[in-house]
Amino acid sequence: MIAADAPEPGSVLYQIEDARARARRSFQVKFALTWVALVGGLVVALYVTGNIDTEFISTWAPFIVAGAWVTVYISLISIVLATLLALIGAMGRMSRNPYLNGVASLYVSLVRGTPLIVQVFFIYLALPQVGVVLPAIPSGIIALSFNYGAYMTEIFRAGIQAVPRGQREAAQSLGMPERQLMWRIVLPQAFRIVIPAIGNDFVSMLKDSSLVSFLAVEELLYRAQLVGRQNFRSLEALIIAATIYWILTIAFSFAQQNLEQRMARGDR
Amino acid sequence: MTDHIVHPVTGAHLGDNIVRAQQIEKYFGRNHVLRGLDIDVRQGESVMLIGRSGSGKTTFLRCVNFLEEPSAGWVEIDGLRVDADPLHTRSRAHLEQIRQIRIRSGMVFQEFNLFPHMSVLANLIEAPTKVNHVPKAEAIERAEAYLDKVGLTEKRDEYPQRLSGGQKQRVAIARALCMEPKVLLFDEPTSALDSDLIGEVLKVMEDLAHEGTTMIVVTHEMHFAREAADRVIFLEEGLVVEEGPPEVMLSEPTDGRTQQFLRRFLAD
Repeated sequence: MIAADAPEPGSVLYQIEDARARARRSFQVKFALTWVALVGGLVVALYVTGNIDTEFISTWAPFIVAGAWVTVYISLISIVLATLLALIGAMGRMSRNPYLNGVASLYVSLVRGTPLIVQVFFIYLALPQVGVVLPAIPSGIIALSFNYGAYMTEIFRAGIQAVPRGQREAAQSLGMPERQLMWRIVLPQAFRIVIPAIGNDFVSMLKDSSLVSFLAVEELLYRAQLVGRQNFRSLEALIIAATIYWILTIAFSFAQQNLEQRMARGDR
Repeated sequence: MTDHIVHPVTGAHLGDNIVRAQQIEKYFGRNHVLRGLDIDVRQGESVMLIGRSGSGKTTFLRCVNFLEEPSAGWVEIDGLRVDADPLHTRSRAHLEQIRQIRIRSGMVFQEFNLFPHMSVLANLIEAPTKVNHVPKAEAIERAEAYLDKVGLTEKRDEYPQRLSGGQKQRVAIARALCMEPKVLLFDEPTSALDSDLIGEVLKVMEDLAHEGTTMIVVTHEMHFAREAADRVIFLEEGLVVEEGPPEVMLSEPTDGRTQQFLRRFLAD
């Protein structure tokens, strides 16, 4: 990049840049004020109208918030497993072997064609009938991994196909066997292409992991519902849960943006 | 080593046939692109393929290392003969034979096709260490020697993205050389370059030719062909129209089609 010389103070260029910077700052301030006004207004309104029980919040907030660890933990394990499944699935979907391709395509079609909540219940409630009994947390992790693995299969397939054909040809012309070509040349490049998509999916998964609360897994939503119902304080409890989800997704989206920027800046 | 002939420019000796491509035919669908080409190349010989776009010269080159599977014919490099087997392109034995042909030949592409996720050095040692199992220290030593040869020693640890087109292509040539192939295949190596970067690449290729590197080059650079070729072959519609030493072929070809091609080409 070419470093531009800073314009002389007082010059027209300086005035233009200064005006632009001021406009930008003014926009940011107004934007932030809007958020503060809306969110703060809502909180104050609830408080003033006596709808919020602060004692309930101070008593139970730590209990609910502790559920966030379970949420993050389930999501982290599931995204890793889903990534592995997606890798295998993508290989299958691109395979010339009709059996492998058939299996992978069936997996994608079945999982994408049914609701996640049905899959969650199926693994936890239906499988025991055929003798497969899994505890709640593993059931939830398996359901989330299978579900996201199917969606990510298509992402991975697109990522692998987005690696230019010339890369394969160069590797082939050097005598690389197919497996080495895949692992050392194609996949590292495909990964760079799909990392933003994996990040997006992870953020969605943080939210979708709330579905495992139906299996009595003590994650964020389950805990909020539990204490909310017991104390007839669902409003406070769900506001706490929603706030934590919101903070989590913002934090991870931010981390993801940072990662992407760093990768874009680094050597490709 | 029977019947040596004398190199017309440098006086170096040409050896026996090291590359033989016989009765090569290629169909793309119903399109008969190569109609039975017989081209043999002797050890140390540099052969330039010229002709209009669509004449089949690039397809022929890609058939030599089976990036395109020929529809008929056979290729022999350094004593290993592989027959075209278009019906069994996926059989393990055929693929392994093709891989052996590719190890014996190096290819330089129009679009360079360097591995973008690897440094220059990593590009150069990848195949020698992983395909030929050369010890890493030795591969690095070899890579540095070839980098020096193409004049890019100082770019050893750069990533391809940070190189100019001409530098990329010189690295690509070094990468092919690192496998110490019996023949180098160049597919229009300067066609993707800005005109001011063509010279540095042609200079490297010319040096290689004069040092007795066996090479087959598809090119539109007639001045380069005149300097560096031992033999020029003019193709049209998938057939050899005429071949001979560059002084004859580029100045006083006998066939009307060659004359017409050169007139039109040199007029541009």
